[in-house]
Amino acid sequence: MTDEVRVYVEESPGHRHEIVGPTDMGLSLMELMKADGYDIQATCGGMALCGTCHVEVLAGPELPEPSDDELAMLESLPVMTQGSRLSCQIRLNPRIDGLVVRLMPQEA
Amino acid sequence: MTNSISTDICIIGAGPVGLFAVFEAGLLKLRCHVVDALPQVGGQLSEIYPKKPIYDIPGFPEILAGDLVQNLMRQIEPFHPTFTLGERVEEFRKLDDGSFELVTTDGTRIACKAVAIAGGLGSFEPRKPAIEDLTNFENGKGVHYMVRDPETFRDQRLVIAGGGDSALDWTIFLANVAKEVTLVHRGTTFRGAADSAEKVQKLHEAGKVNLVLSSNVTHVHGNGRLNSVTITANGGEAQQVEVDSFIPLFGLTPKLGPIGEWGLGIDDNAVEVNTVDYSTSVPGIYAIGDINTYPGKLKLILCGFHEAALMCQGAFKYIYPDKKYTLKYTTVNGVPTL
Repeated sequence: MTDEVRVYVEESPGHRHEIVGPTDMGLSLMELMKADGYDIQATCGGMALCGTCHVEVLAGPELPEPSDDELAMLESLPVMTQGSRLSCQIRLNPRIDGLVVRLMPQEA
Repeated sequence: MTNSISTDICIIGAGPVGLFAVFEAGLLKLRCHVVDALPQVGGQLSEIYPKKPIYDIPGFPEILAGDLVQNLMRQIEPFHPTFTLGERVEEFRKLDDGSFELVTTDGTRIACKAVAIAGGLGSFEPRKPAIEDLTNFENGKGVHYMVRDPETFRDQRLVIAGGGDSALDWTIFLANVAKEVTLVHRGTTFRGAADSAEKVQKLHEAGKVNLVLSSNVTHVHGNGRLNSVTITANGGEAQQVEVDSFIPLFGLTPKLGPIGEWGLGIDDNAVEVNTVDYSTSVPGIYAIGDINTYPGKLKLILCGFHEAALMCQGAFKYIYPDKKYTLKYTTVNGVPTL
């Protein structure tokens, strides 16, 4: 299947929830996780401007480099790790199949 | 000193939908007072994406979010709305005559005949970094998440944390107010406004700002009042710095806040409404825009505008149950007035 992609959300160490998403609807990972019921505010709707869809990439295929806008937003957040990404900037396409992410807390 | 205001409709939230509600209310000769937790009007449009073009406002093939806010302010000007900005509505009380009294964080009291909640995703609150005991030093004990009055920090020793525009801008501003300013940033570069980053670098070179990069503030210390913070480098070495105030600036994120405790029907952080007039489960309180939910809800500005128009009809009937209203086109009477 090339029109579906599987990503995994690590809800606690060792516990990963699989989400299957379409690759032909122009969706972002944020939109997929939100549709699956995850509590993501996504205040800005996907413009890399609010930082509320912050995830940490734990494993999986290499992703395209983040844009300057995405990095600027990530840098302004209280927590950032090596794997930090804004899920609204990750497009669902066959190349991200098998991606494992964790939702980052919005604050302490 | 507490401030008291009396109006017809108190609108909570100065985003596009809250502002347009002033217009629709004005057509019905209802006066409005608008309250917003942010210091400026426009809500998300001003706070998050003022320079982004919007393409789905009827009649505007393309309009910058900031320009839409300015246009709305011009459009509602004839109705002379009043504003309380930088304060959050905390409490509401429904009086025996069906009217309401609202109280803000700063104690401003608003007496009104109806309430329209146009609060978007909630009020914007500062993001707090994960530092143990940080909250013990809030409320005037040394930790500040925003700069409301720079004079508070006159001649103080400050540590500011953050890598975004507000951290840079306040570092620049407070360098001339405080005795000592240290900016702590997790990264090695600043990707925000290039000219602000350059200014901070120059102030650093001139010895006016201490710049500590690749580091985080990891601990706060003090006995009742903050007296020092620990700054830990990404490599692990730590230093304790004496401070009068610590200002973590990591942006704002919206929270539903006290409205969630008002006893309104709530579903998944949104206020349930009746789409006839966007009334909530409490008669006289309405909810419009992104904050409400109903079957088929679309979180679009244009839908919020429509909701505002219908809400005002409902509020008019709530306030004047015996008055008749006939719809008049704005083209009939020329420039609208209150």
